[in-house]
Amino acid sequence: MRKRVVGEAGWSHSAIAGAVGFIYFFPVLFIILTAFRNRMDTLATPPKWFFSPTFENFYHIFYRSSSTTSEYISTGFHMYFFNSIYISGMSVILALIIGTLAAYGFSRHPLKGNETYLFIILTTRMLPPIIVIIPIFLIFRLTGLAGSYTGIIMMYTCFNLPFSIWMMKSFFDELNTEIEDAARMDGASERSVFFGICIPQVKAGLAATSVFALILTWNEFLFALLLTNKTTRTMPNAMARTIGGEINVDYGLLAAMICLFLIPIFFVTYALQNQLLRGVTFGTIKK
Amino acid sequence: MNSNNGFIGWLLDPKRRGPLLIAPAIFVLLLVNIIPLMWSFGLSFFKFRANKLKAPDFSWFYNYEKVLQKEKIWEALQTTAIIVAGSVGIQMILGFLLALLFAKKFPLRRILLMLILTPMMLSYVAVAIFFKLFYEPEFGLLSQFVQQFTGEMYVLLATPAGALIGVIIADAWQWTPFVMLLVLAGLVSVPKHLYEAAEIDRVSWWRTFTTITFPYVRSLLLLAVLFRTIETFKIFDVVFILTNGGPGTATETIAVLVYRTAFQYFRTSNSAAMGYILLFIVIVLTSLYLYVIKQRDSEEI
Repeated sequence: MRKRVVGEAGWSHSAIAGAVGFIYFFPVLFIILTAFRNRMDTLATPPKWFFSPTFENFYHIFYRSSSTTSEYISTGFHMYFFNSIYISGMSVILALIIGTLAAYGFSRHPLKGNETYLFIILTTRMLPPIIVIIPIFLIFRLTGLAGSYTGIIMMYTCFNLPFSIWMMKSFFDELNTEIEDAARMDGASERSVFFGICIPQVKAGLAATSVFALILTWNEFLFALLLTNKTTRTMPNAMARTIGGEINVDYGLLAAMICLFLIPIFFVTYALQNQLLRGVTFGTIKK
Repeated sequence: MNSNNGFIGWLLDPKRRGPLLIAPAIFVLLLVNIIPLMWSFGLSFFKFRANKLKAPDFSWFYNYEKVLQKEKIWEALQTTAIIVAGSVGIQMILGFLLALLFAKKFPLRRILLMLILTPMMLSYVAVAIFFKLFYEPEFGLLSQFVQQFTGEMYVLLATPAGALIGVIIADAWQWTPFVMLLVLAGLVSVPKHLYEAAEIDRVSWWRTFTTITFPYVRSLLLLAVLFRTIETFKIFDVVFILTNGGPGTATETIAVLVYRTAFQYFRTSNSAAMGYILLFIVIVLTSLYLYVIKQRDSEEI
């Protein structure tokens, strides 16, 4: 995509693009600055652009001062951090394994009504999560899955599955089938065609799919809001609860939390720039 | 795979390869998505409240009648429509302009693109917090900016119109990069020689745009509108955190209304009925989206 840009731009064009990029990015920049301000500087009017940076906020994410003693007590945030990693990690791995198999099936061994299956699968991803969550909430309450890791991981696996299937299918569809057919002619088993020929060719696709699924799950809010409890709470929920009080919201603390969120996202956005479109449209638009 | 006998052999028959490969996925989807959905579809024909022990009471279309007769759902649909129209409109215009800007090569382009694309990878929660801080009446940047002219604190989210605008801006900011990315994909697919020919023939800028550029991005623009409409239609997280549907019910979108009905008022079967009205709309939009995708794919071959 990068190589096929329309033409070279002049000085003014570059300058405008630079300015626009900066303005567009400004809200994020402001949050990053807020994360490094101390409490007084955060509340200052007009906003202080120059201040001595502090890591206070980052420390307070994990430890807050107790109201009675001078000791610092844990906020439990490291647990939410772990929960987010564990829950999204597990569900992405599960969804990727099941999804890749299904994508290969849909791509290479189409069934009768292949399109219909794919449509239904995409619809389960497109439909508003609020509809799914109502029965799930009731069922989880009946079966005791509410608040457990198993429950939320199951939910997220299902949440990631349609995405993984469509995304991986779009990668499998792009492969040249001649190599596979040649291997089959030479008597290679279906298993070695899949593991030996197809999978190595879609390695980049697997990486992109898993990273996108990770981010989608990592960011997810509604399911986690209703299906987790104090011990299985995830990061977005912990953040939303911090803001819940309306009065005396500690924006410095929130900003620091968002900063922790931002680092991996920058990296991913940069590394996957050419796959971004495919990722956010569930593989329906390839370029 | 050498077992030729019994059930395993039957299962691994080449004829069954496709079904076997997709079986686990179908199983998970059935278990966690489709069966619960059918269950709640059934529930929408009963009278049932999740916070009471009373057994569900069969009531035909009572819930649908009740939901459709109430003002609430129409108001919520209207609110959602305003947000969708406003946000998707802004996204299309800004996204198109940004794409035109980035369709050329210049130094640091990749880095700048990364900065602009970052919002759409962010959590809705993070975006809502950005804008909550931005709109904050005491030290938020917006309020301070307005204060320089009026000398008073400016509380954007306090008025119904202001709250709607606040939500629209937050959503548009997050998703404009998506439209930009789509349009950019269309722009770079325009064959260069067309522009060269146009230049030789001294075709006006506007005519070049309408006859060369636009046809190449038209189908992608349509896809962008559909995709963003589907997604914005479901808007929940940003509204929930930024305004919680308020002031009053001014920003209560359909998803927020269903959430409140189900989990705050516990009118469970009522909310299931609402959910199915919502589902119907999304299915129509999704099939339209896939239809356009197919049309586009067949055009290219």
